[in-house]
Amino acid sequence: MRSENGRLLRVENLVMYFATLRGPVQAVDGVDFELGVNRAVVILGESGCGKSSLAKAILRLLPRNIAKYSGRVYLHGRDVMQLSDEEFRQSIRWVEMSLVPQAAMNALNPVLRVGDQVAEPAIIHMGMSKAEALEAARTMFQRVGVAEDFLNRYPFELSGGMRQRVALAMALVTMPSLVILDEPTSALDLLTQANIFNTLKRIKKELGTSFILITHDIATSSELADDVAVMYAGQIVETGEAKDFFPDPLHPYSKMLMASVPRLRADQDPQFITGQPPSLISPPSGCRFAERCPARFEKCAEEPPVIERDGRKVRCWLYA
Amino acid sequence: MVIEAPSRLRTETDQREILLSIRNLHVWYELRRFGFGIVGYVRAVDKVSFDLHRGEAIAVVGESGCGKSTLMKTILGLVKPREGNVIFEGKEIANADSATLKWYRSQVGYIQQDPYGALPPFMSVRRILEEPLIIAAIRNGKERLERIHRVMEEVKLYPVEDFLGKFPHMLSGGQQQRVVIARAMILNPKLIVADEPVSMLDASVRVEILKLLRGLQESHNLSFIYITHDLSTVKYFSERIFVMYAGKLVEQSPIGELLKNPLHPYTHALLSATSDPDARNALSFREVPPGEPPSLVKPPPGCRFHPRCAQMIQGLCEIEEPPEFTPAADHRVACWLHKP
Ligand SMILES: Nc1ncnc2c1ncn2[C@@H]1O[C@H](COP(=O)(O)OP(=O)(O)O)[C@@H](O)[C@H]1O
Ligand SMILES: Nc1ncnc2c1ncn2[C@@H]1O[C@H](COP(=O)(O)OP(=O)(O)O)[C@@H](O)[C@H]1O
Ligand code: SF4
Ligand code: SF4
Ligand SMILES: [Mg+2]
Ligand SMILES: [Mg+2]
Repeated sequence: MRSENGRLLRVENLVMYFATLRGPVQAVDGVDFELGVNRAVVILGESGCGKSSLAKAILRLLPRNIAKYSGRVYLHGRDVMQLSDEEFRQSIRWVEMSLVPQAAMNALNPVLRVGDQVAEPAIIHMGMSKAEALEAARTMFQRVGVAEDFLNRYPFELSGGMRQRVALAMALVTMPSLVILDEPTSALDLLTQANIFNTLKRIKKELGTSFILITHDIATSSELADDVAVMYAGQIVETGEAKDFFPDPLHPYSKMLMASVPRLRADQDPQFITGQPPSLISPPSGCRFAERCPARFEKCAEEPPVIERDGRKVRCWLYA
Repeated sequence: MVIEAPSRLRTETDQREILLSIRNLHVWYELRRFGFGIVGYVRAVDKVSFDLHRGEAIAVVGESGCGKSTLMKTILGLVKPREGNVIFEGKEIANADSATLKWYRSQVGYIQQDPYGALPPFMSVRRILEEPLIIAAIRNGKERLERIHRVMEEVKLYPVEDFLGKFPHMLSGGQQQRVVIARAMILNPKLIVADEPVSMLDASVRVEILKLLRGLQESHNLSFIYITHDLSTVKYFSERIFVMYAGKLVEQSPIGELLKNPLHPYTHALLSATSDPDARNALSFREVPPGEPPSLVKPPPGCRFHPRCAQMIQGLCEIEEPPEFTPAADHRVACWLHKP
């Protein structure tokens, strides 16, 4: 039931624009990628490039000022964009795909016990009784590494790392096939972060969950990544397997992004990328990275095609 | 500008003059309950001592809440210690009179973590940079403007004329941080304290700002204290590294030596939890000590790391506080495992 040749998710030409006084913000502009069953893809990119918007577009969490929303999102081979909002809410969100939003640990309800908060999605979306849901929450607390007696505590009684684990338990309690993690550890300390990544690896192994991990932290992203997608100015500019990407990124932006990472175990001097990403309200025609690209040539004034090469994809004229 | 690679970093004992000495520093915050007075103390900095040489850059690493900012605020004269000394060029700062403090403030610059929060929103870049000069009684307006121009060029806020009239909200995060750096530099200080100066910035901008700071440190022969929780950046920046845990300095060492030969189990943990981008990372679990740092109101007896330490020695570590041992020249560690 789970797969279409081992494929869990396929996103095609996904578009999400926001209306603003200055014109539509093209936050997600024709995104394509796929994700296999029990795999994790990381979406890398600088802040403002549209990563959180992409997560919201996949989960159909639309803000009021939505200006355009289109594309295809195949889950287990079925295009869930065709479903009505009601069907999507009943059978997809939480049930099949859930989200740990950015800064989730600060978004818990301060006046509810954390156990009740984790149980709630199981009651609402899985139709469990309160007792069953609390039992499911208890099991999930164990999996994410929160002591059982914390079920009765309030968020303020927990450390940041513990609250982040509670948010993770909440996303997992309905046993979805896919969990989207939006910057799950960027506010946390090093050891807490490493502990949480160990937990995520264990959950991936034991529950078979697939993950979309959104982050700007390239080094840490490699802790979970099977696949990598690099986002720039609302578009995916490169996708491929982590084992190919990390040692040898293809797109000029990916190369510069990788070169900017300081490394503990290597001596190379980190480099920075000059200039700033373009406005998403009036992005340049042609390649969106052209203004900052050291390899730019005449062709780049035209929109670059997506080139396939050894199972990798890159949106750049250099490879045409 | 060339950033020193770890292999070229200094390892022999430093011969340079000492600029700043911290001796037996204790900084405790009072915990008060209404009607009960003082009910306890947060022991944010506990018995910390070290020397900083002229022109030397050190990094202080540790997780949030371990006392890094408190230590720096005490060094800056913003927080009074309960006990101990802060000695700058031979003068006691911790309990100094206001004339000494005023002189001292012109000798040290401070770069905060959050550039936007550090800049007054209703002041233009020019006013922000002019204010310290006015306070320092530089009465000649032309001279003030010249110095503002010079420092803005040094932090690469050019063309200067384009930035003078701008307000903080009109600048990118990286540009705001350059203004903060310019303000810290404008009185030609001898010491700069930078508290997580790049942690709020995007990765690509981070490297640019760190390189700028390193360049200023070298060209002005500044002493520099760089506070960070990101171990992967320290070797590009500093010569020595200090590791803090729960209010204590647990290890001090030249950076190259520490990366090769970390001695304290907590330092080990920090190093092994730091990732480099590598697809193989996803294939294995990382060795991380369980738990979280302790409360500083009632820290664990003995070694404060003992509840999380896999190498803890029963009957010793949970009872007696480890003193500082010096297993190699310039390398100090507070851990019983290294008792000679
Ligand atoms: N509801 C909204 N209305 C208008 N603009 C928005 C809205 N949400 C996000 N944006 C803009 O869309 C762009 C992408 O934002 P986001 O997806 O949050 O990026 P990221 O997560 O990569 O930092 C940014 O320019 C952001 O300001
Ligand atoms: N003004 C204050 N009053 C009481 N406790 C404080 C105050 N400032 C910091 N603390 C406490 O002191 C400890 C060290 O804090 P801090 O120096 O900010 O650490 P770091 O900079 O390493 O995160 C923490 O437990 C913090 O909660
Ligand atoms: S298409 Fe041209 S400008 Fe764009 S990344 Fe490739 S080489 Fe650079
Ligand atoms: S003193 Fe003991 S408990 Fe503390 S770090 Fe050393 S071995 Fe571990
Ligand atoms: Mg985001
Ligand atoms: Mg701090």
